[in-house]
Amino acid sequence: MKFKEIAKLLEAEVFSTDEQMEREISCAFGSDLISDILMCTKEPTLLLTGLTNPQVIRLADMIDILGIVFVRGKKPTQELIEMANERDLPMISTAFTLYKSSGILYNNGLRSCKI
Amino acid sequence: MGSEAAKSDNYAEYWACSPALESRGKVLVTNPPEPEMQLDFTIEAKDYIKTGRASSEIKLFLKKLGVNPDVLRRVAVACYEAEINVTAHSNGGTVQALIYQDYILAIFEDKGPGIEDIEQAMIPGFSTADELAREMGFGAGLGLPNIKKNSDLLYIKSAVGINTYLAVIILFEDKQDV
Repeated sequence: MKFKEIAKLLEAEVFSTDEQMEREISCAFGSDLISDILMCTKEPTLLLTGLTNPQVIRLADMIDILGIVFVRGKKPTQELIEMANERDLPMISTAFTLYKSSGILYNNGLRSCKI
Repeated sequence: MGSEAAKSDNYAEYWACSPALESRGKVLVTNPPEPEMQLDFTIEAKDYIKTGRASSEIKLFLKKLGVNPDVLRRVAVACYEAEINVTAHSNGGTVQALIYQDYILAIFEDKGPGIEDIEQAMIPGFSTADELAREMGFGAGLGLPNIKKNSDLLYIKSAVGINTYLAVIILFEDKQDV
């Protein structure tokens, strides 16, 4: 599934370029705990989270994150957007909860990442 | 991975070691040979903006050396968790990354206050992180377990009221299932 299709399904606001939104996403993971995310992601994955501090972007230095969906209406700051741009990391923001967002994507065929 | 904990009057120790390092692990940590390359960083207490930079740079450095992606991920996760621990729980400290032909030894030393009970700190879910750390998404109580899971050797020596010394070794050969 392309990242732009994910943005459409989640009625999300996009903070990235059209080119970045063409990125193919094959699996996803959702959590608000840094250690959980570090422990569970063993393949390139989409991250759904309500965290919007710089450590979320720092995570992408450690593990393969293909893009970030901020849930519950959380929006990245300008600082975060700049950090993400430096790392070619596309981001979107949805008003839906983590549960609802995950459910919608799962029902549309986006599988859970390997843990 | 075998592990053992020991306690003396002044400090407590914890060892966990994969079978691959059973015979030489302790020597590599207690009396490290001259490394081929070394990186040094300071880690500030409670600086949740900068923390993680050292781990990023260590990973990037190893990537340039051609270390395989799975090993890179394990080094990054183990170092990042240890770096966060120094930021969240100590009065600041340092990390030294000693790089050898077939492994990395990363040594995290802080300025206290030490770990009350290492065995307890190793239990997944146990956390003493404060509100600030939790708001940032830390404090899951998975830091030390995550370090153990992603390393080939973990050694902790801590003296309450003094400091904590944490060393990890990660071998560069690919390990399929961690």
